[in-house]
Amino acid sequence: MSLYKQLTDKPWERKGILGGLNPEGAFESPPERVALGFFLVIASVIFSLLGVSYVIRMSLPDWEPLADPSQLWLNTGLLFISSVLFQWARNTAKAGKQKNLITAFVGGGVFALLFIMGQMLTWDSLQEAGYLVTSNPANSFFYLLTGLHIAHLLGGLWVWSKASIRLLSGSKPEDMSLSIELCTLYWHFLLIIWLVMFAILSNT
Amino acid sequence: MAYVPLADQDSEMEMHHPHSWVTKYVWSQDHKVIAIQYGGLAIAVGVVALVLSLLMRMQLGFPETFDLIDPSSYYQSVTMHGMIMVVYMLTALLLGGFGNYLIPLMCGARDMVFPFLNMLSVWVYALSVIILMASFFVDGGPTGGGWTLYPPQTAMAGTPGHDMGIVLMLLSLAVFIVAFTMGGLNYVTTILQYRCRGLTMMRLPLTVWGIFIATILGLFAFPALLVSAIMMLFDMLLGTSFFMPAVIESGTPLDHNGGSPILFQHLFWFFGHPEVYIVALPAFGLVSDVLSTHARKNIFGYRMMVWAIIAIGGLSFIVWAHHMYVSGMNPYFGFFFATTTLIIAVPTALKVYNWVLTLWEGDIRLNAPMYFAIGFIFTFIHGGLTGLFLGNVVIDLPLSDTYFVVAHFHMVMGVSPVLVIFAALYHWYPKVTGRMFHEGMAKAHFWCTFLGTYAIYLPMHYLGFLGVPRRYYAMGSTDFIPETAQDLNVTITYAALFVGAAQLLFFINIFWSLRNGEKSGPNPWGSASLEWQTPDTPPVHGNWGDELPTVYRWAYDYSVPGAHEDFIPQNVPESVEPTADEQHFDPSHDTSKADV
Ligand code: HEM
Ligand SMILES: [Cu+2]
Repeated sequence: MSLYKQLTDKPWERKGILGGLNPEGAFESPPERVALGFFLVIASVIFSLLGVSYVIRMSLPDWEPLADPSQLWLNTGLLFISSVLFQWARNTAKAGKQKNLITAFVGGGVFALLFIMGQMLTWDSLQEAGYLVTSNPANSFFYLLTGLHIAHLLGGLWVWSKASIRLLSGSKPEDMSLSIELCTLYWHFLLIIWLVMFAILSNT
Repeated sequence: MAYVPLADQDSEMEMHHPHSWVTKYVWSQDHKVIAIQYGGLAIAVGVVALVLSLLMRMQLGFPETFDLIDPSSYYQSVTMHGMIMVVYMLTALLLGGFGNYLIPLMCGARDMVFPFLNMLSVWVYALSVIILMASFFVDGGPTGGGWTLYPPQTAMAGTPGHDMGIVLMLLSLAVFIVAFTMGGLNYVTTILQYRCRGLTMMRLPLTVWGIFIATILGLFAFPALLVSAIMMLFDMLLGTSFFMPAVIESGTPLDHNGGSPILFQHLFWFFGHPEVYIVALPAFGLVSDVLSTHARKNIFGYRMMVWAIIAIGGLSFIVWAHHMYVSGMNPYFGFFFATTTLIIAVPTALKVYNWVLTLWEGDIRLNAPMYFAIGFIFTFIHGGLTGLFLGNVVIDLPLSDTYFVVAHFHMVMGVSPVLVIFAALYHWYPKVTGRMFHEGMAKAHFWCTFLGTYAIYLPMHYLGFLGVPRRYYAMGSTDFIPETAQDLNVTITYAALFVGAAQLLFFINIFWSLRNGEKSGPNPWGSASLEWQTPDTPPVHGNWGDELPTVYRWAYDYSVPGAHEDFIPQNVPESVEPTADEQHFDPSHDTSKADV
């Protein structure tokens, strides 16, 4: 039933069991996916507010554009591969196949870990080059944004590690399907966040 | 295959059954125990905040007589009082407490969708309270920058708690937000996905609607506070300049440069204004159900009430800068935000009309929860009207930062939600404990609180007109404030002490009644919504025994012509002529008519 129809329903007129087995208005979706959907919106709000703050702070006179370290391209590649591997795992699990499932899923997480290490190396080389967190506001934002992004990834990796243990201890693809799908969704989301962030950071 | 409701398809349910005292009462995953943990802790910190406010009143009423607090501890008291009341008391009690208790019961579910996350939520909340309380014991004490925490002032040497105090405050807020997010994801997902068979969204009691939309507001507004807390922590601990401008502190320039304090204000109020509705919307919902039940009438304009809740929720994100009229922002902004502010008053007023119309020609049972609910209508109208004044830029400019603002927000988000909370605590007390409270004591509690808080906040409007500024330790001598203002201050302090003491009536009542209250039976008020139809009172783990309920009607079938009793519970099929037995309504416990 459409949202409009639901909200204009006159509950005092209609009696009886409405909506068949599941109540009207519930998503045809496991609760975990609904909750993750909400969480993605929350995370988007966090990053958008930081984006707005970035733009406002940028307009103040002491702003100096960021020196764009080329390592970031490499890191982007790592995160991209990570996402691709997750998608591969998802497709495999959805088809109910076992082959390569572990490689793809575990590999996806490993590449995310490599991305995080890459980001940290970038921090190191920036600091060596004298761009400290206090040097100027663009740098402050750089550390803050990349740090928060990593924090989100770490949260995902925690879920990933639990799922990996289940997978390695022999759970069937059918039983893992939802976990794998949600991890994949979350990884794609964080990749998009990173791409937008990277675009803004390197162009301003 | 036999029908298995969504909420019962999860075979994990069995695993959550508690086996020992510790898993039953400490690390419990039962939403009802968690609700009591959340609520108890929220009330406990609320008492701390109440004591702080009485200390401030002693100073304001008798500036030279008592030496209880010095200027620094006055500012610290203001700050901690405000922040605790708004975030750690009201938000936690209304959503963590009432939300946890009522959502699964009103939705006909066995528990929240993610019971483990729910348990984590309450303990992370406890951690945030511990961090906050720790700031009382560190060097320099808690922060004294005001609950709005505006930089650069909070970070400057002149402000008490500018070093450790503010850091702990920001940390505690961040932890609180994590706790809230874990709880909030649970509330929204449970409401959407775990409603029992037949329970459409438009059949939900308004309590659930209020909590639902408030939780969504919280989930999307708290990130603004989180972001500003993190950025401020960066400024304070790492020396960045997100918010900190170039400032000179006792002759030495600080290391900061070029940050924007106004940016902080925008972020803070982007959270801060929705926050007032995070507190108000659950209260709106709860009070609607209390009013309707005790007026024995369906809520007037149910659909409009739902739409108003949604509209208020949406609009509350585009009015924030009415808190910043004096910040020096672009006057066109002021024009825009004044307009949206006045628009949000429309759905708010609509709700008030509907409450009054619900009472109109109702078969009103004037028992204690109803007293508090009707009291709320008075205080809320009062506070709402002063909001309309403040919403207009030209009127706000002279009144901003005076006691008029203090009076406004205390009427509208202090007294009003607190009256609703008491109404709700008394209303649901029989379900939670299986006992009735002492009616006479509860009514005495009402009159002391209602009249007492009026005696406190009504005079504050006049102090505001006189130009008495808020957050001042002492006025000294000024030309524009007549000396008689001090007489008002003395009166207010007496009233505040009286109201503070009167709350003992509440605590004595609820603890005394735990053992000595009359047995209430499952549905003492003759209420139609699901939580009153549980097979056990208080409801046991799993709530519904073997089979989840099925819902056939909305939650407001009161005074139905031709019905056996004057109400029909939600889970009674339309084909069944209700009998007294099925409704769990025991007239011998109907104390409600006692003194009409
Ligand atoms: C008719 C609706 C309302 C209008 C038009 C309105 C308007 C305003 C305005 C313009 C201010 C800023 C005053 C100033 O700082 O100079 C204000 C302050 C405040 N309002 Fe309202 N308000 C309304 C309802 C509410 C509600 C429902 C709540 C809470 C449940 C609330 C809580 C507050 C608080 C806490 C403050 C003070 C914040 C501070 O500076 O510390 N208001 N209101
Ligand atoms: Cu506001």
